[in-house]
Amino acid sequence: MTTLSHTGPAGGVPPTGPLPGFGDPVQDAQGVFRAVLDAMARPGTIHDLALGIEAPAPLSAGSAAVLMALADFETPVWLDGAAESAEAAAHLRFHCGCPLASEPAEAVFALVAGPALMPPLSAFAVGTEEYPDRSCTVIVQVASLAAGAGWVLTGPGIRDRASLRVGGLPPAFAGWVRDNHAGFPLGVDLVFTCGGRIAALPRSTRIGE
Amino acid sequence: MTSSDIAARRRWMGVLAKARPPEIDEAWSALGAPSGYVHLRRPETGLAMVRGRMGGDGAAFNVGEMTVTRCSVRLADGAVGHAYVAGRDASHAERAAVIDALLQDEERRASIEALVIAPLERAQAERRDMASRKAAATRVDFFTMIRGET
Repeated sequence: MTTLSHTGPAGGVPPTGPLPGFGDPVQDAQGVFRAVLDAMARPGTIHDLALGIEAPAPLSAGSAAVLMALADFETPVWLDGAAESAEAAAHLRFHCGCPLASEPAEAVFALVAGPALMPPLSAFAVGTEEYPDRSCTVIVQVASLAAGAGWVLTGPGIRDRASLRVGGLPPAFAGWVRDNHAGFPLGVDLVFTCGGRIAALPRSTRIGE
Repeated sequence: MTSSDIAARRRWMGVLAKARPPEIDEAWSALGAPSGYVHLRRPETGLAMVRGRMGGDGAAFNVGEMTVTRCSVRLADGAVGHAYVAGRDASHAERAAVIDALLQDEERRASIEALVIAPLERAQAERRDMASRKAAATRVDFFTMIRGET
């Protein structure tokens, strides 16, 4: 893991204006991809991206890194009301080249910065019977992310059971995740980010209290 | 940004992109090797599909892919410069991006224009002129004789 610096041949980061993306686009994007892959393969595990990148408010470094690694010109990204700022939109357009979707159902990736007011998971694309992969990956920026004393997770990629405590989600969220799992193989996949740390909850995971 | 600003920027970006790397090095020293910028996007090399139209009004077709290196930088004053240059010379792309950012400062534009852009543009016009002369000197005109059928 390397800490990245973005200074040019001389001088520090200027105070205003657009922010740099990955310091080393190939290595960093692959590192983030690997972290997302591991998080999806082992639901409930928390991965530290350990990248020294900056992101324009209200994007967290983790959300920006995940989008920069995954989103491109073929994947419309939907930003919720809390994430929708001119800086965030410009940052994603420049570094990902992605179109911005106006409706959650049109998005391949969705970024939720204000989970308290987020739409239910059924508002996002869940794929079709023929193509269940044509579904949305929802990235939720949460207040806290910790192992233990929260949801009990079971399913593929989990030996016996795992646990994950996610702070700042709406009360109905656990019910949405159960409904999402009930629709398998259709459904959305979830990535939680908290600062530079991520965890994932694919549609195949069952949650209990 | 008005359309005349866009046209002006397109012109100088084109001149910087078409300059030869040694010419960019000279311009860079003439500007005193500017510093204090950050990379928004480090120089990266890729392919761009070049498209064309026969006669200017035919259907678009793909001529072929060319190697392009791009770079984006931001100066301390917040000005952002971009460059897309032919070939795989990373320092050419980086320096062209910095010069593009510097040219956005209206106070310094005239001096940089005179110091860098005008000489580069002149050199490119001369090269183009030379190439078209050489081509014209070896031009062959084909005539088709009308056959005696009429």
